[in-house]
Amino acid sequence: MVFALAGNQNCGKTTLFNSLTGANQHVGNFPGVTVEKKSGIIRGSKDCEVVDLPGIYSLRPYTAEENVTRDFLLDGRPDGIINIVDATNIERNLYLTLQLLELRLPMVVALNMMDEVRGNNGSIDIQGLSQALGVPVVPISAAKNEGVSELAAQAIAAAKAHTLPKVLDFCPDGPVHRCIHAVSHIIEDHARRIDASPRFCATKLIEGDSAMAQKLGIDENELELIEHSVLEMETEAGLDRNAALADMRYNFIEKAVASTVVKPHESRERLRSEKMDKVLTGKYTAIPVFVGVMLLIFWLTFEVIGPFFSSLLTKGIDAVTAAADTGLTLYGINPVVHSLIIDGVFSGVGTVLSFLPIIVTLFFFLSVLEDTGYMARVAFVMDRLLRHIGLSGRSIVPMLIGFGCTVPAVLAARTLSSDRDRRMTIMLTPFMSCSAKIPIYTVFCSAFFPQHAAAAMALLYFGGIVLGVLSALVLKRTAFRGEPVPFVMELPDYRVPSPKSVLLLLWEKARDFLERAFTVIFVASIVIWFLQSFDARLFVVTDNSKSLLAMLGTLIAPAFAPLGFGDWRAATALISGFTAKEAVVSTLGVLLDSSTAELPTALSQLFSPAAAAAFLAFTLLYTPCVAAIAAMRHELGSAKAAAWVVAAQCLTAWVVGFIVYRAALLFV
Amino acid sequence: MTLDQLPIGRQAVITGVGGEGALRLRLLDMGLTPRAGVEIEKAAPMGDPIEILVRGYRLTLRLADARQIAVKEA
Repeated sequence: MVFALAGNQNCGKTTLFNSLTGANQHVGNFPGVTVEKKSGIIRGSKDCEVVDLPGIYSLRPYTAEENVTRDFLLDGRPDGIINIVDATNIERNLYLTLQLLELRLPMVVALNMMDEVRGNNGSIDIQGLSQALGVPVVPISAAKNEGVSELAAQAIAAAKAHTLPKVLDFCPDGPVHRCIHAVSHIIEDHARRIDASPRFCATKLIEGDSAMAQKLGIDENELELIEHSVLEMETEAGLDRNAALADMRYNFIEKAVASTVVKPHESRERLRSEKMDKVLTGKYTAIPVFVGVMLLIFWLTFEVIGPFFSSLLTKGIDAVTAAADTGLTLYGINPVVHSLIIDGVFSGVGTVLSFLPIIVTLFFFLSVLEDTGYMARVAFVMDRLLRHIGLSGRSIVPMLIGFGCTVPAVLAARTLSSDRDRRMTIMLTPFMSCSAKIPIYTVFCSAFFPQHAAAAMALLYFGGIVLGVLSALVLKRTAFRGEPVPFVMELPDYRVPSPKSVLLLLWEKARDFLERAFTVIFVASIVIWFLQSFDARLFVVTDNSKSLLAMLGTLIAPAFAPLGFGDWRAATALISGFTAKEAVVSTLGVLLDSSTAELPTALSQLFSPAAAAAFLAFTLLYTPCVAAIAAMRHELGSAKAAAWVVAAQCLTAWVVGFIVYRAALLFV
Repeated sequence: MTLDQLPIGRQAVITGVGGEGALRLRLLDMGLTPRAGVEIEKAAPMGDPIEILVRGYRLTLRLADARQIAVKEA
């Protein structure tokens, strides 16, 4: 049996899903879209699967996620619905419940956060509410794991007996009631034919859902009858169709709530949230606090916790590599295969793996920010600023993470509710100069602008942001011209995140990353190794300058001549930067045959100061590394889109590099 | 009067919801329906968006969108 878990955002749905299933989860994508599909087996019931649907407020299809939920409920044929409702915010939560009830599937309402309601001297008449809605209502506290097994038992019982909701009508006698019944009557046969609930189809048709009309195969005549009935209702009710339906549902809810719910006067959680908001969204404190929080997270991630675990992991990887190295040598394996395994796979995958602790740490902080409710506040505070470039407040966090590493930044864009904003944000993150480029900047600045190193660095970061803003303005007028999704967002009370949910999320991210490291990056490492190790006649090279990679460098080097660095070594270093940006410096070191200490001197013979400036501008902007491209491909859901990003970045980098070089020549 | 003009802390009742397309549906779905009570809690540091209290929870929306909601002071 398959159960759909549906509910609003911020109502504890993920926590409930985790309590229901434990670690027994499977993450995939819904067919055809990049919306994540999580499913798991209900603990103690082997044949019962539960699918965690994206958090939604209504079944009207206007975002990708809402479409997914709707399609799953309609076409996925779940055997039952578990509808989670936040008891502390019951009116708006029941709005979705009423729409779910129209689907006429076995259903159970999980009334979450009952502990909070009781703790504040509120109460809910469970029996009364269950009677009003016509389905079982189970009080639970997902965070404390209370009532969850009772909920599972009720849901399974309802699905087994195929018990349908007992209440059919949520409308008192009146124009809306008459209209719904008239339309239901017209389309009843059509609905039965596709095995759907006539009532649900009727409300969708009244809302003007043309996809539903097509699906039902309704003819011109019937459409006219429906339209007539709706117009009649609009005149009688004095409201248009959408307002009339919303009004009807909220009317029903108000009545049901009035007779069953005793609301607490002022809840502790609310008071606490108000106090915190005085500072966190306060007029003068909000932005400084936000900057402080981000700096703290960056410092902890990239300076303290991340490097600590990274160095441990690197030690481990080095030990394994050394052991494999010795083993292979003792075995006397062909030196080419030896090099493939050690210099290709181990060093390539190993380098990328060493990012894992940083990514997991960053996600730990981010999920805490998200689960506590602070992220919604950040969006609230920063929205004004981001609106100018066609985005909403929620995009600020992924962009900031981009200064650390593009990979988690791209993944963090998941938290954006609108697909348009998410894609646009992903495309803009590469403009935020990632921390792997710092070694390049440091070496070049100390070689060419030792007096102004800090200023040059600041200029690079600032230049990246400016170009990102310009690109956003271009994207807003071209690829993303459409209307941004309205910024109408709930500000939930602050809550302590559930440790279990945070841990499960971290495990998921780590697994995701490992999967990529051993697929895409594994292959990319082998390709680069191959190019580095062989010449055009496939002989193993002893001299770096004869390898395929060097040939490739020589081949594309003329393209960089207008930027002042047409040397093959510069081009080769840039190509190797494709695997990881740190590799630009190490490759230059190898090709110039100089140690880290001698590198600045060697570089000043290869580049003129103007060319160095152009090279820096180019590295700031050109293609993201393999790991980042893989993440983009995954998150954008298409290789083509990722290829576009790479091409656009390279082109921008070239043009800007050219301008920088020519401008610098005027001054130097 | 429209919602964006309502002074902070003053209570009002919604009399009509304008706008069109996804925005309007969103407003209705979130409980901003005629006869519902609303109150403006605060504005963001840069003056926009605003935070409102409706049906017992807090919602944020932009001033331009709040302009679509007609209210009457209670």
